[in-house]
Amino acid sequence: MIINSRFFNRSELMGFIALAAVLFVILPLTLDVFRLNLVAKYLTYAFVALGLVLCWGYGGILSLGQGVFFGLGGYCMAMFLKLEASSVENTKIQSTPGIPDFMDWNQITALPLFWQPFHSLTFTILAIILVPGLFALIIGTAMFKRRVGGTYFAIITQAVAAILTILIVGQQGYTGGINGMTDLRTLKGWDIRPDHAKIILYFVEVVLLFACIGIAQFIRLTKLGRILVAMREQEDRVRFSGYSVANFKIFAFCMAAIFAAIGGAMFALNVGFMSPSFVGIVPSIEMVIYTAVGGRMSIFGAVWGAILVNFAKTSLSESFPQLWLFGLGALFIAVVLAFPNGLSGLWADYVQPRIDRLFASRKTKAGWTDNSVADGAPAE
Amino acid sequence: MSDEANKGLLSPLRRKLLMGMAAVPAITMLPGGSFAQAPATSAVNTTGLAVTDTEVTVGILHSATGTMAISETGSIQAEKLAIEQINAAGGVLGRKIKFIQEDGASDWPTFAEKAKKLLVNDKVAAIMGCWTSASRKAVLPVVEQYNGMLYYPTFYEGLEQSKNVIYTGQEATQQILAGLNWIAKEKGAKSFFFIGSDYIWPRTSNKIARKHVENVLKGKVVGEEYYALGSTQFNSVINKIKLTKPDVIFTDVVGGSNVAFYKQLKAAGIDLSKQALLTISVTEDEIDGIGGENIAGAYACMKYFQSLDNANNKAFVSAFKKMWGEKTVIGDVTQAAYLGPWLWKLTVEKAGSFDVDKIATASTGVEFKGAPEGYVRIHENHHLWSKTRVGRAKLDGQFELIYETADLVEPDPFPKGYQ
Repeated sequence: MIINSRFFNRSELMGFIALAAVLFVILPLTLDVFRLNLVAKYLTYAFVALGLVLCWGYGGILSLGQGVFFGLGGYCMAMFLKLEASSVENTKIQSTPGIPDFMDWNQITALPLFWQPFHSLTFTILAIILVPGLFALIIGTAMFKRRVGGTYFAIITQAVAAILTILIVGQQGYTGGINGMTDLRTLKGWDIRPDHAKIILYFVEVVLLFACIGIAQFIRLTKLGRILVAMREQEDRVRFSGYSVANFKIFAFCMAAIFAAIGGAMFALNVGFMSPSFVGIVPSIEMVIYTAVGGRMSIFGAVWGAILVNFAKTSLSESFPQLWLFGLGALFIAVVLAFPNGLSGLWADYVQPRIDRLFASRKTKAGWTDNSVADGAPAE
Repeated sequence: MSDEANKGLLSPLRRKLLMGMAAVPAITMLPGGSFAQAPATSAVNTTGLAVTDTEVTVGILHSATGTMAISETGSIQAEKLAIEQINAAGGVLGRKIKFIQEDGASDWPTFAEKAKKLLVNDKVAAIMGCWTSASRKAVLPVVEQYNGMLYYPTFYEGLEQSKNVIYTGQEATQQILAGLNWIAKEKGAKSFFFIGSDYIWPRTSNKIARKHVENVLKGKVVGEEYYALGSTQFNSVINKIKLTKPDVIFTDVVGGSNVAFYKQLKAAGIDLSKQALLTISVTEDEIDGIGGENIAGAYACMKYFQSLDNANNKAFVSAFKKMWGEKTVIGDVTQAAYLGPWLWKLTVEKAGSFDVDKIATASTGVEFKGAPEGYVRIHENHHLWSKTRVGRAKLDGQFELIYETADLVEPDPFPKGYQ
């Protein structure tokens, strides 16, 4: 087995294998391309949820503005794709051919300067990581160095989400406004719309997701992860022990931002679309809900949360076009009231003990390593 | 699921349908209507759409939830009414229309997802749907990729034309130019103040209006201001209006912002019976929220008012109220949504096929004489020839028809000299 037994403990290993089996084998074999593409859309939110596990579940920093980073990543990708879709021959009908259509509608006659570098794919990929990373660094430094935390931090991130939405909607000549960037077609000449491309994109996304899961798990197991948890539980003690609490918080927040941005970029590729409706307050809170439903202490739980909530959203809205929002609302209330640690808490409380007992009865001398520190009780 | 929706629709209707049964035999005797002479499915459906010997499935895709639900509900109701009436008259090529309703939830990517679901999973023969430009822009690549047929009801900014879309509302030049001409002539208006919501439709409409005012009417635009969707503070622009004293206030503010805008205008002492105001965005639906007393005296420029005095419209209004309640009002877009299923039916019968490619070609020249707004015809650019009308808002929330163009106005989505 390639997976180091110390990297995942046994229950995590089972979680890993189960998720890999579902995403790599079961779903691609059982779903048609349309549904598989929907799963790809759901998984883009799993990246955000993964970041929130690090930053909120372990670090205790609740961010209600992850949509900002999801949006920045998505817009960087969408700008590249939009430029490619706006070749001179595709846009002959415009008064200025060769620029994106929404610029032409807004009487802009030349490509703005900040759009120019997005002709390059290398620059775009760097920008997807660096733009949200740097933005999170700036917000994080400004807040955490001044010891702004908890609720105040959550409110400020929410305000940032609102500001960015207003900015995007207001500058429609440069951003596509409320319509967003639509009709994205090709990536370096490779058509992203047909079925076979959707399947390839799905697998690329799943591989990326597992890479991010690996990174998150690595952070969790190192000393860094322990300090994050310690910070969540007793911030002052960590500070008195000589650690710079602010720097660790900034790090967790930046990682969460980068994960969210990768999700956003994959969203633009899979859905062929980016709009301010993923940037604002409501989608940001939804992303926190996915994490809460899945379990904010659990890396795999967050991924399942993102998939299941979105699946519920799609199927409820298909079956009950008028009533589905009530059903979804009831689901959230039920989860928060009944299982504060989400689905993974439910699993850990009811399913895992049975499995353990099953194994324990087989192997009488079983003695696995303790992992109780990170999976401890909720902090807030 | 759609069955449930159908049942919900049918049960309150059953009695009315029974009452209407007496008329059905007469209607089914019209050519092409009866089941006996329905052509074979293999002949009329060569691309695997959801067509059986007795049924054809179409999709309805609007926001039933979210901020747009208040506007889009009228369109959903109109489309269901049209489908109901077409079925009562024998269906399309001898097949009853069954509909699958999906909720776009006022969220543009959801619209794209649901459109794809309707086309790929349900294989619907046509989609009646979308309302905002943003939702149409999201759905357009999907219907083009999967070769679907979309009937889009809203008046919109133009600059678009697709083989896969029939635009049953007016594009910007159709709606605006005749109205501006009328108000310039009638009121001798020379100076205009533009106020709009900040997105593509008001900006494009105002661009067209500005070119027309400056180049054709030789007037002046003394101000042009935009407010974010959902804004409720219009005091600063109202002060500017008081300072510049324009002959005409020209507005394309949309949605809930209208309520604040007209109330604040009234509170600021601007009397709409003296100050001319021409809006292209307020229909009877919006007045429901604004209140007739706040907007009475304003002029609106569009193609349909509920108060139109013709036989088609009277029948339409009474059927609509019978189905959806006495208190419902019918705005321009609701009427345009009602045209969608009818135009599709007429086109299918003209083409003798449900195939999208054949419908796209056959659409040009299709005439609908039973339209509540009066006779309409599909132009080869897939927009409708239609009249432009100016109405004046009354206290009871209805419009009084003041002016209508003598002839149908040609749709021109890419107007030369206005871009």
